[in-house]
Amino acid sequence: MTSILLIGESDEHGEVSQSTLQAVAAAKSLSEPNITVTFSGDAPASASSLSVDSIVSISAVSNSDDGIYEQSTAEIASLVTSNNPDVVLLSKSDFGSLVGARLAFRSDLSFAADCTELSNENGALVVTRPVYGGSALAEFIVASTPAVVTLRAGAYEPSTETGSPAIESIEPQSIEQFAYVTDTVAETRDGVRLEDAGVVVSGGRGLGGPEPFSVLKDLANALDGAVGASRAACDAGWIDHSHQVGLTGKSVSPDVYIAVGISGASQHMAGCSSSRAIVAINKDADSNIFKEARFGVVGDWEKVLPSFLASVRELKA
Amino acid sequence: MVLAKQVPDPETPPSQFKIDESTNSVVPPNGVPPVVNGFDLNAVEAALLLRDAGADVEITVLSVGTDFVMDSMKKTLAMGADRLVLVDDDGLDKIDSAATVKVLATVIEKDGAFDLVLGGRQASDWDQAHVPLGLAEVLGLPLVSLVQKLELTDNGITVQRVITDGYQEITAPIPAVLTVTNELGEPRYPNLRGIMQASRKKPEVFSLADLGLSSGDLAPKLKLTKLYVPESNQQVELIEGENEADSGKKLALRLREEKLI
Repeated sequence: MTSILLIGESDEHGEVSQSTLQAVAAAKSLSEPNITVTFSGDAPASASSLSVDSIVSISAVSNSDDGIYEQSTAEIASLVTSNNPDVVLLSKSDFGSLVGARLAFRSDLSFAADCTELSNENGALVVTRPVYGGSALAEFIVASTPAVVTLRAGAYEPSTETGSPAIESIEPQSIEQFAYVTDTVAETRDGVRLEDAGVVVSGGRGLGGPEPFSVLKDLANALDGAVGASRAACDAGWIDHSHQVGLTGKSVSPDVYIAVGISGASQHMAGCSSSRAIVAINKDADSNIFKEARFGVVGDWEKVLPSFLASVRELKA
Repeated sequence: MVLAKQVPDPETPPSQFKIDESTNSVVPPNGVPPVVNGFDLNAVEAALLLRDAGADVEITVLSVGTDFVMDSMKKTLAMGADRLVLVDDDGLDKIDSAATVKVLATVIEKDGAFDLVLGGRQASDWDQAHVPLGLAEVLGLPLVSLVQKLELTDNGITVQRVITDGYQEITAPIPAVLTVTNELGEPRYPNLRGIMQASRKKPEVFSLADLGLSSGDLAPKLKLTKLYVPESNQQVELIEGENEADSGKKLALRLREEKLI
């Protein structure tokens, strides 16, 4: 049997988050799983039909307690001590990454972050994770338990099975808190957020200057999308760094990622490789981007893009 | 204290990225020297901004590893850091993040008083974002991640922490551990004077034995069994029209056919 303590999260609608449903699917792929899902704060109503063994709510702790999750970490650390699971599974969200690392180091546990695959081999847990910006995969055997594992978004299809778990609620303990959030400031942005966009139109070194980004912006507008850029284009000052996609920029996973004049260096691909479909427009047929793309046009963007934009507008009209 | 890591240049073309599967390690590309992890330069920049704002700061850059390329590591001194402390030991070749944290905690405690430990948001080689987080736990210090702005106050720090739709203002006592994000701004380029000064400075180098540690203390909890380049099963469908403009049009129609747009 594999006992799993899964750290659940709710989304902005108060439902069990998609990333937590993915983690449930990952947990269920292990041998004879016994799954407990715990929520910092009250469990969402939809948790009561998850296909797991039990649900534990740590009442009165908000999921965003102090912005750095000191309270949640302390609560989950006590649960790990009392339950002694084989695997503590979290999503690689802001919350999961931070709490996962803190838990592992606080209690000197094995830690595997950002995993894309979990399995059992001869009774031991085996994990796979991308390294070097996705250029390589590393496979590890986890020798000691409990092991803390964070799971990359999209690595598993969300679990759709239903069940009737036992439901329990525990009272939070009091802890010494170090840091306090004194204010939360919302920043408004023009148009669709790059990270949320269903379509991203990105430009790179091949554009040759700042002006072509206005064509990219027109195309993004026509597709209700957002504009991205490679590091080379940002470093050249053609567009603000807030548009940068890649290892040292933003990670995006739109339905369509249109790469214009981008060679596809691994540092860039690390930020867009989980897109549903990559579309490449580049005049160099040997560019790495064509190895990653589903659709491509080998040609000069100055000639390809205007007719592409015109056709998109016609189709959208 | 600024934590810095030497990594393979992430701008290395994928065609030059090679793995030796017999030793489960990356073959260093010819002629492409390693660099300081880009996010760690953000952390150096954060420390320099405190100095620019008038604080009297001594900036020590700390790195753990082996086969250091001094020209790359000295970039932090050329930017304006005061000291470069390296733990350089063959026993550090393939250590995991838990062992890295152990070595860093030992050298930080040995080095004496400090007010802040700054680290980058993540490393570009193994993408492990958690060495500074672990260090905060091991040293028992407050931790704030993803800092885009930092101010010293009379009794601690006030920082801005990046969240999905804006930022949080957070106050914490010092000493504290912070991870710095690229929203802080571009790391400055070293000027000529900085480069000259850096060339005269000598890094302080320690071995594991100097710190009273042995490689046995640093055995990994996870055993690496395989490191490989994934096979791309993606086959690109090239759209070819009568001319480039026609290709553009056909591309739009093909994407519509696939219900992608």
